Amino acid sequence: MSLTGSTRRFSPLVPQENAGQFFSSGHTNNWAVLVCTSRFWFNYRHVANTLSVYRSVKRLGIPDSHIVLMLADDMACNHRNPKPATVFSHKNMELNVYGDDVEVDYRGYEVTVENFLRVLTGRLPPSTPRSKRLLSDDRSNILIYLTGHGGNGFLKFQDSEEISNVELADAFEQMWQKRRYNELLFIIDTCQGASMYERFYSPNLMALASSQVGEDSLSHQPDLAIGVHLMDRYTFYLLEFLEDIHPSSKANMNDLFKVCPKSQCVSTPGHRTDLFLRDPGSALITDFFGSVRKVEITMETINLTEPIHSFR
Amino acid sequence: PAPKPNQPTSFEATADKEDTSAPETVVQSSVPQPKDDFQEELVIRPLHSGDIYASFQFRTLWETDFMRGNKVSHYRLFPKSLGQVISKFSVRELHISFTQGYWRTMQWGQPFLPSPPGAELWVWFQDSVTDVDGTWKELTNVLSGIFCASLNFIDSTNTVQPSASFKPLGIGNVTDHRFLRYATLPREIVCTENLTPWKKLLPCGSKAGLAVLLKSEKLFHSSFHSQAVHIRPVCQDWQCKTTSWELRQTLNVVFDLHTPGQGKLEWSLFKMFSRTLTEACPLASSSKIYIDITDDPQGEQFEVSPATHLLSQAMVLGDRRTFSVYDLTQQITFGTVRSLNLLIRWKSSEDMLRPLLHAERYVAGYGLQTGEIHTLMYNNHPYRSFPVLLLDSVPWYLRLYIHTLTVTSKGKDNKPSYIHYQPSKDRVRPHLLEMLVQLPPNSVTEVTVQFERALLKWTEYTPDPNHGFYVGSSVISSLVPSIVAMDTNSTREQPLFSSFFPCKEESSYFMRVYTEPLLVNLPTPDFSMPYNVICLTCTVVAVGYGSLYNLLTRSFQIEEPSPGLAKRIANIIRKMRGVPPL
Repeated sequence: MSLTGSTRRFSPLVPQENAGQFFSSGHTNNWAVLVCTSRFWFNYRHVANTLSVYRSVKRLGIPDSHIVLMLADDMACNHRNPKPATVFSHKNMELNVYGDDVEVDYRGYEVTVENFLRVLTGRLPPSTPRSKRLLSDDRSNILIYLTGHGGNGFLKFQDSEEISNVELADAFEQMWQKRRYNELLFIIDTCQGASMYERFYSPNLMALASSQVGEDSLSHQPDLAIGVHLMDRYTFYLLEFLEDIHPSSKANMNDLFKVCPKSQCVSTPGHRTDLFLRDPGSALITDFFGSVRKVEITMETINLTEPIHSFR
Repeated sequence: PAPKPNQPTSFEATADKEDTSAPETVVQSSVPQPKDDFQEELVIRPLHSGDIYASFQFRTLWETDFMRGNKVSHYRLFPKSLGQVISKFSVRELHISFTQGYWRTMQWGQPFLPSPPGAELWVWFQDSVTDVDGTWKELTNVLSGIFCASLNFIDSTNTVQPSASFKPLGIGNVTDHRFLRYATLPREIVCTENLTPWKKLLPCGSKAGLAVLLKSEKLFHSSFHSQAVHIRPVCQDWQCKTTSWELRQTLNVVFDLHTPGQGKLEWSLFKMFSRTLTEACPLASSSKIYIDITDDPQGEQFEVSPATHLLSQAMVLGDRRTFSVYDLTQQITFGTVRSLNLLIRWKSSEDMLRPLLHAERYVAGYGLQTGEIHTLMYNNHPYRSFPVLLLDSVPWYLRLYIHTLTVTSKGKDNKPSYIHYQPSKDRVRPHLLEMLVQLPPNSVTEVTVQFERALLKWTEYTPDPNHGFYVGSSVISSLVPSIVAMDTNSTREQPLFSSFFPCKEESSYFMRVYTEPLLVNLPTPDFSMPYNVICLTCTVVAVGYGSLYNLLTRSFQIEEPSPGLAKRIANIIRKMRGVPPL
């Protein structure tokens, strides 16, 4: 478990009220569900997208036990890969996002719509191991990242089935009613990605998409040695933005909305914040991408005699 | 990992390190701490084709009892995740392997530990288990979480109970094959996500000892890569009064001659693994590297540097082999530069001795309806014949016609002395065929059986059905006559690579050979047809129903055509004047 945290000394005058404020802060743990839905070698870029978000999230502190990583096909050890056990995001093989320490929870044929919805809602068979479960509670902030091929109102899974925006919105509503999240950030990088968050109706959801309805998301750059496009534009610039974030960074969501303007992305990224109860400017990037634990150091004992009511 | 004992590594490490463990490990019970021991070794064998074969073995021995209600809670060298698996599912023996690539017996000889391509899992349960199938299903799910593999796809359609081929490799007098389960997943991919949790099971992780060499970018850029975990109970002494649990983690890799781009017969640790060694694992009682120099003891054919005077002989694979030994627990092994980079250079390669037992398998026939599976077994011994056990597990969608089974050697019919056949049941269980065949000396034995391909339901196809469907490797197990007398005392101190398979007789040794998996095309429907049919049907229904509805309910009304512009202006003027319109 990551122990990075922000520390602040209590003022010695009113420790009781400070304790109340401390317990009323939003979330206590972070989870991430990262899904790549495409199969076949020419969809290398979708796996590279997901792995670059995985890498950023791990770097900022979320441990493997709190990440559910779903990759629909294996690109690193694919026989077409000229450099086995690597997945690159930048051409000329600059950055290996696969790395040496990776744990994929769902892979190959296991990445199906049914398994994805079961992971989100927690309705898994009893013999499912812990690493394949999303064990979040009502104080968890969850980051959900989807990438693949999509259209107006659907996302394609493995070239054989699809998930619609209505199903996704209903799954989030199930999660809200079962108190499985505190706040949820949903990022999608597909063609016409904004259609996927149109139908959301549960509170505390924030969504970002790489393109509006009617627009295609484009891929970034091919590598001539590997022979395929390595990344999609939106996630490429998102990775560049996240590389500058460190666990004590104070960047907030408004900076995230500015990632990849139309001049770089060719498509228009969109976002939706009307269901989010806080102001996006007050939500830090590390609230979702990192695992920052609030640590307060105090020199004296604090008696907690009455219940602390959280201001949520 | 357990706290490191406060000893410099130059001392000869002993087996009772647990006496010097850090004081914070407080044991409340009055039972003395069970002894555990960890050994690591690496064997490097240059192959005649110019490739090089490296085999890692990490063994942990622990004198404890997982069974009979003992709740084991203090783990030191033995990984806790595997210990909990053993006690929760009452496992007596567990063997799991993940392999990428196929072992080429004719070019490389015999491996120390054979494994089929993909994932293979076989488990002997204790006789106290009442519902073996339910326990097997839960065990595969838990192992899929531990090893990040899709082992949850193992179910009754690819699990068999071999009756003779997979006898326990540890101690055990229960041979009721109702407690044995065997399954393979030939399609399973092996990559860094399987190596990462495997490395985390080691006591030193990948931070010290031989495991620092295990870097995935080099290991997967090879012709063959196999990692396995074997758990079994073993005897500690000759009378077998005390037993302990043995955990072996093995990793076999064959590096291709031409991959680094040089083509010269020169290998070093740095070239193979992009790392050198700086120390042994402090928790290991023995840490050694063996280099096989049997083909050239005088040093004419190849040279090894830095030179070592330590030599060892071992009986392995029916042959007496000589090895140069590097002991990593001695500080002088690392020399003044404090790092060990072995360099192996050899000059020419003569012809290899043909392996005694070798097998091939392929599918014959044409079209998408029928076919024929051919399995060929080669006995290359000049004058001895020996029996082999052939195990074939074929999925239910290839319907075997067992009445067409033929076994021929040298053109003549060769009747097997033992056949165990379990027919398949659609969507429930696969075919299981086990035969004991006597292979005549210097001959090829061919086993053929015809089959018919089934048409699956459209939801049962994988997302990429045109790739084909895999049939798992056949397993050929036999006791092969050996050239030298084998050592039957299993409790004597031996290198790990020669003590894996138990040896019961002196004149033969146990060998297991896996054939290639088969890739078979099944008749595949056109998956766009449901969409096409829906469009066509809706169009036909709309056109037909629409026409009928119009015919029945449409009525015609006469309507005045609207007059031209001039007439309309004239009508407006006439209305204003009060005169009837035109």
